[in-house]
Amino acid sequence: MENLAKNFSHIKGWGIDADPKNDPTYPMKQHRTDEEQKGYNWERPAQQPVDIEVLHSNERPNVSAVFGTSAPPRGLSGMLRRYAFTYSESSWGHWLPLIMADRVNAVEGILEDLKRGHIPNIFAEKGWKAEWKHNPKSLTQKVLVGTLITGAAILLLRGRNKSRRD
Amino acid sequence: MLAMNYRGPQRVRIDHKPYPEIKHPQDAIVRVTRSCICGSDLHLYNGNVPDTRVGSTFGHEFIGVVEEIGPDVQKLKVGDTVLVPFNIACGKCAFCQQGLFGNCHESNPEATAVGGIFGYSHTAGGYDGGQAEYVRVPYADVSPTVIPPGMDPDDAVLLTDVVPTGYQAAEMGGIQPGDTVVVFGAGPVGIMAAKCSWLFGAGRVIVIDHVEYRLEFVKNYANCEVYNFKEMDDPVLFLKKATDWMGADVCIDAVGAEAAGNVIQTITGRKGLLQAGSATALHWAINSVKKGGIVSIVGVYGPTGNMVPVGNIVNKGLSIRANQTSVKRLLPRLIEHVQNGVLDPKAMITHRVPLEDVADAYRIFADKLDNCIKPVLIPPSARS
Ligand SMILES: [Zn+2]
Ligand SMILES: [Zn+2]
Repeated sequence: MENLAKNFSHIKGWGIDADPKNDPTYPMKQHRTDEEQKGYNWERPAQQPVDIEVLHSNERPNVSAVFGTSAPPRGLSGMLRRYAFTYSESSWGHWLPLIMADRVNAVEGILEDLKRGHIPNIFAEKGWKAEWKHNPKSLTQKVLVGTLITGAAILLLRGRNKSRRD
Repeated sequence: MLAMNYRGPQRVRIDHKPYPEIKHPQDAIVRVTRSCICGSDLHLYNGNVPDTRVGSTFGHEFIGVVEEIGPDVQKLKVGDTVLVPFNIACGKCAFCQQGLFGNCHESNPEATAVGGIFGYSHTAGGYDGGQAEYVRVPYADVSPTVIPPGMDPDDAVLLTDVVPTGYQAAEMGGIQPGDTVVVFGAGPVGIMAAKCSWLFGAGRVIVIDHVEYRLEFVKNYANCEVYNFKEMDDPVLFLKKATDWMGADVCIDAVGAEAAGNVIQTITGRKGLLQAGSATALHWAINSVKKGGIVSIVGVYGPTGNMVPVGNIVNKGLSIRANQTSVKRLLPRLIEHVQNGVLDPKAMITHRVPLEDVADAYRIFADKLDNCIKPVLIPPSARS
């Protein structure tokens, strides 16, 4: 190929990891004897105590030896998540309820904040200070569109209430 | 301690959270000195990864100092400065035994299709991540690696994901000397993939993106050709013409679920969440690689279904190689490359932001403001 005639001296390290056998490359199986066909029988690390609710995929027999504990399922979103885990990972029944639960969870988060007497500063949480500094035009647009939509919604609701009263 | 706190799509803030505990005999607690925001964090930020729960802390790219160790930790000691690969790997399961540290089976109860990842939703194990002052690090003896003396911490933190992921993208491409490689996406991983393609002997490296400043950056950093797809009618046709009507030998998807450039994909994948992310970059990769070529995917896609042109894969006889990066496997070689000056990761860091300003940092990175390539967050204790 004509490209090979090119001089690559300006590129530090050109070709230093080239290996003619590297095709189609990693990840090639190291154990051609099919080590993993032995099944789920490796010497498992110690089990982290399961002292919170951990949802585990029904495609595995157990909870993995370690797991995270950042946010156990709670509330309505938690119920949706528990339901999702009755389906396998290959099923929409698993993922769609989880996506829905995430949306419900965001609302729960706001209610939780309010219950603690904390009014979330949405402006700051969305990083609009940075947006204002580097891209004021786009932020103005976003705020305008937001106001218009909210305004239209309020008008619509008012109209509906009025017509109900009539 | 201070920690980033996810509140819902595009809403994050800094909050006080409890100091993490040792929960397992092989755990360590690490005091974070640097953490990054990754392009793949944006999929979480935008609410596109299922089971991203409110109250969780993101951050899978971090380094720090070992503060505390569990009773079974032998290699690390308190006071060690470590870089912590993004994947949580046990070192014992059938997959770790094969060197597939990114596919560990003992670090994520919630899913079998993905291993445990710090700060990456409950689908990846429900771990709190490193965009915080302290973080719990499981299996501390397996992946975490003591930073070699003299290594710049800014280089070290990029070795936790970006550098190995770019490198593995090129490696999975099976690049042969003289090959033409096309990289889709000029984010940090795409930049690194372009750079590393030369190390495998590429003869020509082309990068495609739509953000001018990123293209300018990668052109200088990785000595490659760059093109803006916004200036093309059809990127696939453009690439066919540019490769003598044959197509590239290797195409690398370094974009993933947030890909721009196709209306239908945007509506169904990014906005409607009706598929597991917009597969635009993947379409382009599959369609612009030559017959018999290799497509290497390191862009992050969510579960489970995508509109992917599988017929073209079959008819063109393509090999698709894809994985989460097995950082631990690649670290020794990559540390060497950084020490010998073959790779200069820290040059990609454009923004150094106090951890307290995490919401602004996400906004700058997500909206590609202020010519941002890679932001790093610095907790208060690491600033003095
Ligand atoms: Zn990352
Ligand atoms: Zn493992």
